[in-house]
Amino acid sequence: MKTIPVERAAALIPDGASLMIGGFMGIGTPERLIDELVRQGKRNLTVIANDTAAPGRGIGKLISAGMVGRTIASHIGLNPETQQQMLAGKMAVDLVPQGTLIERIRAGGHGLGGVLTPTGVGTVVEEGKRRIDVDGKSYLLETALRADFALVNAFLADYRGNLYYALTARNFNPVIAMAADTVIVTADNIVPVGVIAPDHVVTPAALIDYLVTNP
Amino acid sequence: MEAQTIIAKRIARELQSGMLVNLGIGIPTLVASYVPDGIDVYFQSENGLIGTGPIPEDGTMHPTLTDAGGRPVSALPGACTFDSAMSFGLIRGGHVDMTVLGGLQVDAQGRLANWMIPGKMVPGMGGAMDLVTGAKRVIVAMQHTAKGKPKILDQCTLPLTSVRPVDLVVTELAVIGFPEGQATLLEKAPGVSIEDIVNATEARLAVSGTIPDMPI
Repeated sequence: MKTIPVERAAALIPDGASLMIGGFMGIGTPERLIDELVRQGKRNLTVIANDTAAPGRGIGKLISAGMVGRTIASHIGLNPETQQQMLAGKMAVDLVPQGTLIERIRAGGHGLGGVLTPTGVGTVVEEGKRRIDVDGKSYLLETALRADFALVNAFLADYRGNLYYALTARNFNPVIAMAADTVIVTADNIVPVGVIAPDHVVTPAALIDYLVTNP
Repeated sequence: MEAQTIIAKRIARELQSGMLVNLGIGIPTLVASYVPDGIDVYFQSENGLIGTGPIPEDGTMHPTLTDAGGRPVSALPGACTFDSAMSFGLIRGGHVDMTVLGGLQVDAQGRLANWMIPGKMVPGMGGAMDLVTGAKRVIVAMQHTAKGKPKILDQCTLPLTSVRPVDLVVTELAVIGFPEGQATLLEKAPGVSIEDIVNATEARLAVSGTIPDMPI
């Protein structure tokens, strides 16, 4: 694990990279990292996240800046710009049921090829997928998802990179921290090792590649 | 009484102590305002919270304590938080006793469409497909008609949310169930005639015996 300033963290991410980004309507999104990506003007990113927040907030800033070529998300309803770019053909959007999306990411991080879920059977979500019956019940085979980078926000990080989350800001963060080649973390507070008790650590430091320093 | 108040009050009567309940946005959210006295339920927000409480007073909001729409909420004593994988494990795994969701259309067998209008409104399904597929009991809270047109149809013209039929549809006119795959009138709103309900419904409604008034 390395501790680096936000400018260097964002510079690790090339144009065209795929990013899993934590947060739910911007709650628990690594906002400083997003702001720096916008400042550095990245292009053609693939974003995998629950939603695209709203204009001016979280992932919405990447959308507004025209930096995203493809989005995989469960909900874009609160960001009209995402819908406009999708309908104008400027950005590809794959809509995935929220429970399926998080399980696909979990599978990617846990070494599984995919998951079998009943969600979406018989709906448009089934198109192009394999239906598999197990003990008389139908499931869809949903394949695993991984990304080049996971951008994680935590409430507390210690100097080794152990993470602890606040309330509903946890959401996708610990799951994406398992599913990307490079994991970059911003934390609201960086604390000495030991402050987060071992049985309170949610994401182990061994998963973290870079911790962004606080100003 | 306003349509949404009738709907929310009626659905609140379905709550039983100890239930884990997920409320969708819109009319379903109002159900939390009418929990009957003596009934104690757990409300889940799918962004990772059990024990969701009312909108907090000014000065007590916290930026990391929000509902699934990103709005501030409170956490009641005994609340707990978790990640999205667990949240949807609770939903898909049948641990949620009841969900209340809004609806665009419901067909004669009780299948719900509530997540998109092709070419017009494509917000994404969010958690709706998982909730309808996995919750033990699914209740739809919606107005009976939209701009005068029925929403309970022979067949949905919009993409389905799930092929699993819902258990109950509650509107400002009626409570409708789907025993043996057949839309059936169970209760009517006070002052509403059965004829009014049948006229506002495209799907064929089974009506038998005396139809009681909604207890609201």
